[in-house]
Amino acid sequence: MSENSEHLWEIKPKSGLLDLKLKDTWEYRDLLLLLVRRDFVSFYKQTILGPIWFFIQPLLTTIMFTFVFGNLAGISTDGLPKPLFYMAGITAWNYFADCLTKTSTVFKDNAGIFGKVYFPRLIMPLSIVVSNLVRFGVQFLLFLGVMIFYAVKGAEFHFTWAISLFPLVVILMAALGLGAGMIISAMTTKYRDLAFLITFGIQLLMYATTVIFPLSAAPEKYRWLIELNPMTSLIETFRYGFLGRGSFSWSSIGYSALATIVLLVGGIIIFNKVEKNFVDTV
Amino acid sequence: MSIAIKVEKLSKAYQLGEIGTGTISRDLERWFARVRGKEDPFLKIGQTNDRTNKGTSDIVWSLKDIDFEIKQGEAVGVIGRNGAGKSTLLKILSRVTAPTRGRITGKGRIASLLEVGTGFHPELTGKENIYLNGAILGMRKKEIKRKFAEIVEFAGVERYIDTPVKRYSSGMYVRLAFAVAAHLQSEILIVDEVLAVGDAEFQNKCLGKIKDVSEGEGRTVLFVSHNMAAVSRLCTEAILMDKGCLKQIGKPKEIIEVYTSINGNANEVVLPDNPYLQYLSINQVQDELEISCEYSSDITLNIPCLGFVISDSLGNPIFGTNPTYQPPVQKMLPSKKGTIKVRIKQPKLLNGIYGLSVWFGDGKSDFVRLKDVLTFEIINMVLYDKETYAHTSGPVSTIVDWNYNFHL
Repeated sequence: MSENSEHLWEIKPKSGLLDLKLKDTWEYRDLLLLLVRRDFVSFYKQTILGPIWFFIQPLLTTIMFTFVFGNLAGISTDGLPKPLFYMAGITAWNYFADCLTKTSTVFKDNAGIFGKVYFPRLIMPLSIVVSNLVRFGVQFLLFLGVMIFYAVKGAEFHFTWAISLFPLVVILMAALGLGAGMIISAMTTKYRDLAFLITFGIQLLMYATTVIFPLSAAPEKYRWLIELNPMTSLIETFRYGFLGRGSFSWSSIGYSALATIVLLVGGIIIFNKVEKNFVDTV
Repeated sequence: MSIAIKVEKLSKAYQLGEIGTGTISRDLERWFARVRGKEDPFLKIGQTNDRTNKGTSDIVWSLKDIDFEIKQGEAVGVIGRNGAGKSTLLKILSRVTAPTRGRITGKGRIASLLEVGTGFHPELTGKENIYLNGAILGMRKKEIKRKFAEIVEFAGVERYIDTPVKRYSSGMYVRLAFAVAAHLQSEILIVDEVLAVGDAEFQNKCLGKIKDVSEGEGRTVLFVSHNMAAVSRLCTEAILMDKGCLKQIGKPKEIIEVYTSINGNANEVVLPDNPYLQYLSINQVQDELEISCEYSSDITLNIPCLGFVISDSLGNPIFGTNPTYQPPVQKMLPSKKGTIKVRIKQPKLLNGIYGLSVWFGDGKSDFVRLKDVLTFEIINMVLYDKETYAHTSGPVSTIVDWNYNFHL
């Protein structure tokens, strides 16, 4: 008890906009890990197939895309085996999309617990991002497996030095999903209808990235729109690093990083502002 | 002794009614007023939080200009009717919601217990839940580890510690949850009515633990309860809240007296727009209950028929009847206007909060249905000492004749 006896605090109506409460959040890091563990354990216990589900979704999506976009529509895959091309995009996109959709409902999903106990609310979206990392890891292993399969078959692809940017790409995807998700979550507490927008909005957004087509195949007229999406350069970098195809440029990844930082900081500010009185509106 | 909590001019406004319709335009209106440097048009002063009168604005002040100080090591009981603002005060102190105006300053870590078992996950084992719940309440992992054996012992669930809590009985669940909270290392402990759960033995154990915390360890305790016996036993100070304002602060005994005297003649509702029933009240008159009503209708009522049900704080009916089941001695006369007084002899309700629902009609059909229209508190209707209270279950006390026939 004595260690904190000089702990002074103040509760007031509004706090400074730029008070991100990061120190407070750091104090609760153990909670973050325990929440991740909870998500993982409860997922395991409730399903028979457990982590198999993590594989099924990207596999089926890849098969679908290969058939519809690759074979029927005949969209170029930059000379890569089609499933490999799509799976690279899907693996990366899924992580971002999961982070975004789960974060965007964080207030709704945790209304009960938020109404009863205080802890830095930022912990919840952060735990979502970390929990999803586990899922991403599993899907990434699947992607590596498919890569090995095609390497044995003699398909033409190779690693490039950009593979060293992989950790950065993952962090940026997480931060981007987190930032955008937090902004949406804050807005949905007031304007409920936004929640409906998200589920199909995220679907539409996927077509504005290079998941199903290489950037080189994008129509010239809309290319800027696709490049405007910060996810585009992340997927491109991911593909360039592991498969050696796609367009990589420092300026586009720099743009993504900048957009991510802006969204993340903005997201935290808005999230913290809403969090203070959110309990009164549910 | 130094000050642990200092509350200054604390106010909290809530918006009533639908939230989410037309809020964009309303937000714009607010924003526009702010830009011009004017007062927020939706925060009008002068509306107090009175549930029985319908306000004109849909903003209600759940707390208004509360000021008080709590010294370190004190155990303070907060009492008041439902809706007096007690829970809002605790919510603000627990930082679950922010105040509209005013501020609170203080010293020391706060652990608040607005509910037992917040964040418990049914699929996780008792052990996993202790860690998770402890962390939610603000403990570090190493603190929990240090206290783990103590928590398990206090809860008395050693045998089931590796079993998912979904297989626990509700009593075990509550015991485990309280045990975690009771072992928090904080200087200030905030407790809201959680003692309403669990069996009598465990309730006493919890009260004992709270007493230890405040007296033995010198920690500050803030305790909201409808259980006057617990407040007078545990607390060194008491705060009486009424309609969002702080009515009085002082020694628990005085405050409880003030509270009971206020409540003796309250609990009524006026319904001027109702076409049949215009007034209704319920009062405790020593060990009896009295329901009064005034009716006035455009049609003649063959049997002015008032039915009632008394239910406990969770809404479970305890008893109820109407004049067709238990006909009055008096002859019923068709009328348009009149009053009815119902005396409930020997309801023998134990201390607590109860609800009243009424039905009113002409004996054939009900024209008025008012579910949980009044909430009232029973205080010392049944005289009992601590012993009998602890050994009575349910909301009603009965007189029992035991007849033994010993075959020796």
